[in-house]
Amino acid sequence: MSPVIAFEGVAPYGGKPTTIVVQDGVIADIGADASVPAGAARVDASGLVALPGLVDLHTHLREPGREDAETIETGSRSAARGGFTAVHAMANTTPVADTAGVVEQVWSRGREIGLVDVFPVGAVTVGLGGTQLSEMGAMAMSRARVRVFSDDGRCVHDPVLMRRALEYAKTFDGVIAQHAQDPRLTEGAQMHEGVVSAELGLTGWPAVAEESIIARDVLLAGHVGARVHICHVSTAGSVDIIRWAKSKGIQVTAEVMPHHLLLTDESARGYDPRFKVNPPLRTQEDVEALRAGLADGTIDIVATDHAPHPDEDKDCEWAAAAFGMIGLETALGVVQLTMVDTGRMTWEDVSERMAVLPARIGRVDDAHGRPLAQGEPATITLVDPNSPWTVDPSATASRSNNSPFGGVTLPGRAVATLLRGVVTHAEPSLGLEPREAWT
Amino acid sequence: MRHLLSAGDLTRDDAIRILDTAVQMAATQEREQRKLPTLRGRTVVNLFFEDSTRTRISFEAAAKRLSADVINFSAKGSSVSKGESLKDTALTLQAMGADAVVVRHWASGAAQRLATSGWMHGSVVNAGDGTHQHPTQALLDSYTIRRHLVAEPEGKGLEGLRVAIVGDILHSRVARSNVDLLTTLGAEVVLVAPPTLVPVGASAWPVTTVHTLDEAIETHELDAVMMLRVQRERMTGGGAAFFPSPEEYSRLFGLDGARLRRLPEHAIVMHPGPMNRGLEISAEAADSARSVIVEQVANGVAVRMAVLYLLLAGEESAS
Amino acid sequence: MTGTILGAPDITRALTRIAHEILERNDGADDVLLLGIPTRGLPLARRLAELIGAAEPDFDQERRCGALDITMYRDDLRLQPTRTIGQTTLPPAGIDDAVVVLVDDVLHTGRTIRAALDAISDVGRPRAVQLAVLVDRGHRELPIRADFVGKNIPTARSERVDVRLMETDGEDAVVLTSRVQQP
Repeated sequence: MSPVIAFEGVAPYGGKPTTIVVQDGVIADIGADASVPAGAARVDASGLVALPGLVDLHTHLREPGREDAETIETGSRSAARGGFTAVHAMANTTPVADTAGVVEQVWSRGREIGLVDVFPVGAVTVGLGGTQLSEMGAMAMSRARVRVFSDDGRCVHDPVLMRRALEYAKTFDGVIAQHAQDPRLTEGAQMHEGVVSAELGLTGWPAVAEESIIARDVLLAGHVGARVHICHVSTAGSVDIIRWAKSKGIQVTAEVMPHHLLLTDESARGYDPRFKVNPPLRTQEDVEALRAGLADGTIDIVATDHAPHPDEDKDCEWAAAAFGMIGLETALGVVQLTMVDTGRMTWEDVSERMAVLPARIGRVDDAHGRPLAQGEPATITLVDPNSPWTVDPSATASRSNNSPFGGVTLPGRAVATLLRGVVTHAEPSLGLEPREAWT
Repeated sequence: MRHLLSAGDLTRDDAIRILDTAVQMAATQEREQRKLPTLRGRTVVNLFFEDSTRTRISFEAAAKRLSADVINFSAKGSSVSKGESLKDTALTLQAMGADAVVVRHWASGAAQRLATSGWMHGSVVNAGDGTHQHPTQALLDSYTIRRHLVAEPEGKGLEGLRVAIVGDILHSRVARSNVDLLTTLGAEVVLVAPPTLVPVGASAWPVTTVHTLDEAIETHELDAVMMLRVQRERMTGGGAAFFPSPEEYSRLFGLDGARLRRLPEHAIVMHPGPMNRGLEISAEAADSARSVIVEQVANGVAVRMAVLYLLLAGEESAS
Repeated sequence: MTGTILGAPDITRALTRIAHEILERNDGADDVLLLGIPTRGLPLARRLAELIGAAEPDFDQERRCGALDITMYRDDLRLQPTRTIGQTTLPPAGIDDAVVVLVDDVLHTGRTIRAALDAISDVGRPRAVQLAVLVDRGHRELPIRADFVGKNIPTARSERVDVRLMETDGEDAVVLTSRVQQP
């Protein structure tokens, strides 16, 4: 039985401070004159912002297969710490999540741990091989209720196969989430192709390899009347194409990663593989275009692409290192740093981009991304926007330490996370006992 | 100077200092007793992850002529078979007491990782990392050019000279190092390559680029022509080949006798080796009186002696 | 505390005397080869060559005067920042069977001369090696002595002897400086 909690002085969506009462898993009351039951734990939440629990549409939990990098448990803990109440676990595990069996295994493990709702993403093709459609229907009808399908890590390159996948997913209101990377144009690619790569002697990953796939896929989606979602948009050209597609009524949604909002290819100059990621860090012009696209809604959501890797896959020369960065615990802080504190987004916008819209795209909006209102599930994230902290890559709940933000000071963070009234994360200062002891 | 990782790190003064020191080293090599006691007791490790007998022998000779102890460490490990990691190899060398590590590696940035990661404390000399840099090659190239084309070279750079670098710029660490060093020393650089073999970002480099060797010879008074080795594998990658055929490459970019004769009389012909005779350079050009290709090798030892001296002889400088 | 021990006329007289001593000791200038140790040994060697040439017209001042850089033979390289290597100029015929007269400005610990002897032995086999210095300030750390000395100057270890020459410093003087102890 979860305790009754009254959060006093909290600002929903960054608005006027008020009181939120959480009881029996729902928001029992909300308002300045909210009735606080006797025996309720009263939490001084003055200065905090309340948002609907954050939803990550793009996470890598690595289990099954790479438990040395992350497990569903450690990933869940990291997500809860970052203010997330739901994560969509990508399918590039071992074995690949291309059958009902695997996705149900991941889903039930997530439920067992109970820190976040884990929604498995199903592979588009069997074994991520790109040649044969996976049994998307079976996955959709399983207990895991898969609605998002992606071969992320690989691009669905074959245009005919992508067309079929887009059409087929309409059967169960699913969406294909494309990792846009033309494999032929990016053979051996290590970093963004540009001035820096020419100097560093690293094979380039040209922007056109992303843009050409997005252009193709939005046209396909328009032609067959299907939804398409573009993972980790990273170039200015991609933003332009998506903006054009939306203006034509095409049902495209897009996500951007926090690291693409802040870092550029200049970070590669030290050959430190902590900055090696796919798609790569690009130029300042691209960063500006992504920020503008996120602010005006061309890019619908922020997702983390949390990609844990063990130390030995990063503690080496660049070309030998794995691609990817962890990001569940730093996402909110980076978004605040680059978008809220610069005045380009409000906390309401953050709620849209990091909770409401991801939930809608993933079709989990019956339980997530709900309004902060009486009767709604008490799935809430409390943010302290005035708590500067310096990122220490090794001090994370994730099993891996490959964060590019080491030493960066972020302005705020999630100080408490509730999933249907259960406290899954809480900093000691709040006086709440989270579901697992906070370390 | 603690490490030599990139020609781009050298100022004009640094570069001239190395070249002038190399002059003195070369002078000692004319004697009967060619060995100097200067680095006695120091240990230089040749850490080669890529096969290269010539460069390794050159560094070995340089170190031994300065009485340093040389250890050759031929490490296995490619992008396919990981083998012992760079980090573990470095930790081993540190435990062995290496004062300097001369490293050649297939990955760009490997030398920098070795120098800056804290795995080992010795000096690092980059003997070629992926397609990034090969600073001692550029130094011996500039030394050779200076020796032939600058009167009373001591203390001087390469101002006023025009050098063409011909070939696969995209994949060449020799090209990148030479672009850096030649421009630092005041020379004008002309890149000659098909557009497929010029990096997209090279538009930011302080060089001129032309797309046939004939154009380069006609429009520029060249003082030196540096031919780069062409890798045949690059021409046969199916649809992704950078060039249609070796024959077409030779026709447009090969230095043959006819082109050789159209160069100014004083112009010298260079090649870092090994050569594909008949492909990027004809036998006639390679063996002509204007070719300094063999001398480049000898100069390599003197330049590497200078580098080892400047890195190791003085007190340990703070990093 | 600074004091000029030798002025320009003193230096000239000393060098003239040394030149004649070299000729006397070696029965003329045949086979004599002057090798100046950079930096200031070089101009001193050239002056000696001129003086010897004035007394013995057959003496080839150009060919029989050279430079011997000893940087690469020093035993104290690791104790200082990296030193620039100076010029070494030797006659084309080499130094075998020559009477090499090393020329330096100040003889102090003797380590420079020890290094010079090692350098010489790597270059060839002279018949004899002699040493001419403008100033001997004592405090030898090795069993080395000069054959020809301009002036013996007893010094304390903490003092500095600086030789200044027209060719390198714009004036001719030998200056003695006491190191001021910092409180």
